[in-house]
Amino acid sequence: MKRTVLFGLAGFTALALLAWGVDFGLQYLARTPSPDAPAASPPPPAPTAHITATLFYGARDGMLLQPVRVEVPLAEGAVAQGRQIVRALLQPPPAPYVSVIPAGTTLKAFYVTSSGDAFVDLSADITAKHPGGTHAELLTVYAIVNTIATNLQGVQRVQLLVNGQEADSVAGHVDVRRPLERDMTLVRQEPPPAVQ
Amino acid sequence: MRALAVTTVLLALLLTALPLAQSPAPISVVSAAGRRALSTALVNDQEYVALDDVSAFIPLTLREDRQGGVSITVRGKTIVAPRDRALVSVDGRVVALPAPLIRMGGRWLAPVDFLPRALGLVSEARIEYRRGSRLLLIGAVRVPRVTTRVEPAGTGTRVTVEVAPPTGVMTVTDADKVVVRLDAEAIDFAPVAGASPAITQIRGDAPATVTVGLAPSAGDVRASTSNTDTAARVVIEITAPSQAPDTSAAPGTPAAPVLVLPKGGLQTVVIDPGHGGDDTGVRGAGGTLEKQVTLEVARRLKTVLEARMGVRVVLTRDEDRAVPPDERTATANNAKGDLFVSLHMSSSPSPATTGGVVYFMRLDREGEDTRRQAGAQALALPVLGGGSRVIETIRWDLAQARHVEDSGRLANLLASALEGHVPTMPQPVQAAPLRVLAGLNMPAVLFEMGFLTNADQEKRTTGDEGRTALVQAIYDAVNRFALAAPGGR
Repeated sequence: MKRTVLFGLAGFTALALLAWGVDFGLQYLARTPSPDAPAASPPPPAPTAHITATLFYGARDGMLLQPVRVEVPLAEGAVAQGRQIVRALLQPPPAPYVSVIPAGTTLKAFYVTSSGDAFVDLSADITAKHPGGTHAELLTVYAIVNTIATNLQGVQRVQLLVNGQEADSVAGHVDVRRPLERDMTLVRQEPPPAVQ
Repeated sequence: MRALAVTTVLLALLLTALPLAQSPAPISVVSAAGRRALSTALVNDQEYVALDDVSAFIPLTLREDRQGGVSITVRGKTIVAPRDRALVSVDGRVVALPAPLIRMGGRWLAPVDFLPRALGLVSEARIEYRRGSRLLLIGAVRVPRVTTRVEPAGTGTRVTVEVAPPTGVMTVTDADKVVVRLDAEAIDFAPVAGASPAITQIRGDAPATVTVGLAPSAGDVRASTSNTDTAARVVIEITAPSQAPDTSAAPGTPAAPVLVLPKGGLQTVVIDPGHGGDDTGVRGAGGTLEKQVTLEVARRLKTVLEARMGVRVVLTRDEDRAVPPDERTATANNAKGDLFVSLHMSSSPSPATTGGVVYFMRLDREGEDTRRQAGAQALALPVLGGGSRVIETIRWDLAQARHVEDSGRLANLLASALEGHVPTMPQPVQAAPLRVLAGLNMPAVLFEMGFLTNADQEKRTTGDEGRTALVQAIYDAVNRFALAAPGGR
């Protein structure tokens, strides 16, 4: 009888050890990540490359344009780079420069022809929100023309489009029916300051 | 019968007791607004003007006092005229008059001398009365004295017209007359000394012209002008028939060739008031709209150019409506304009920015090519009756290409005329590709008269003085352009 009890206890103990071992093994398997699962904490992003572009903003006194060196994201190719530069120009300018392009104006399209004419298609805000006046309109138009022609090699002339259409003018004065060349008579001739 | 006699006696007594009032020829009032008549009345041999008529030129208010006198207020300053006294107190200062102010027919009358002597002390504008020519000058107007002398010169006749102080002179010679046009608002024309059978008449015409009528017997005519510090002189030599003109000019002054305006010269000026209708243009700091300023200045300019130069002035709009650029261009080209001035106001993101600027067309490569091709592709077409006529073809939307040099000259003349009168930007003349100028077949400029976004400039532009200065400057530029053009335009 005593011998029977001992055999029973030994069998029970063996079964308990077996159950514990199976449970531990299953838990271990559940904790181990699969090779295809994403990392729990992603690595820091690689730093974005930039170029230094010369953008033309309104000078503090509103009389002329002022060239300012600004960091803009690097892009592959002249057309993509042109888009980045125009998008940067459409942002509010850094102090103390004043905006000569109506707030809210967005870039709809940008392309360059084989003859070196760049086409900049802007949203209708550039017309609808323009304050008017020949002087202000000249600054608006040539901020864009000078910026593109200065930064993109091979671009000689810039044609403005509004909402995908050819336009007579931006605010009734400056003739934008044809591509325009760069005009540096509207630019204050000082070394361009750099802005980060 | 007895009643009739009594009535007659009473009427005679009444007539002798009343001061005798007559109406001489009116005085000509010359101001920046133009020339207008001012009626006068003779009372006891003294010439009077009604003060309520004067208030049309010089704003004033009247208030009668209990003693029978009157107080006249001008710009916050008061002139007190006591009853029956030939003097007035002007802001505390006593001024003698040839006669007292009087009340007649419900109106207050003042001796004409009251205007320069008393009103002139409190008025903002200068007041000058020229009794001989019956001219009342208000403000900074140019009214030179013109004396004319006719005398024999050899077998011919010499007419000398002296203009003091010196002013711009343009002489036009026709078959039956010589017209001397002066750059002035009016002239103070003295009686002519001398006479000649070659001359039918010499008269001074409004606004500033001297006309010398030529008899059919008059021979060749040669006119020359010269200037001294004190006077401009026009010498007109008229030969006897079939004789060469006497080339000796008036003694003491070198003769200069006269600028003769041919009949095909400056005849039509087109003024283009910018914007209009829904297109309001720039909105000023105080709410002034560009479309209003441009139209008001254009209307005033039209009056001045027509009155002083005798040219036809066409406005591209004379009402508050939107006019597309091509319609403005077409209006000017169809009117065969000799000159085009577009009027605008500026805006700036900086409220401190001020100054006017004159733009003329800048040609890009395409425009330059168009200009060269226009000359190279000129066609000589046969015309009816023999001969040929040269036709230059040019793209309609680049017609301005042929006139860019003249337009630049006009822009520089306007910038010069602005100096000292109208504030300008550091670069008062600029070339730019402007939409409204591109298709114009005549010398053309776009004048931005100032920045409405600057509060001071908005106030100045909407004020009478500022507008007068703008109109005067444009008039001066147009006049100089016409005078300087070789053979006139």
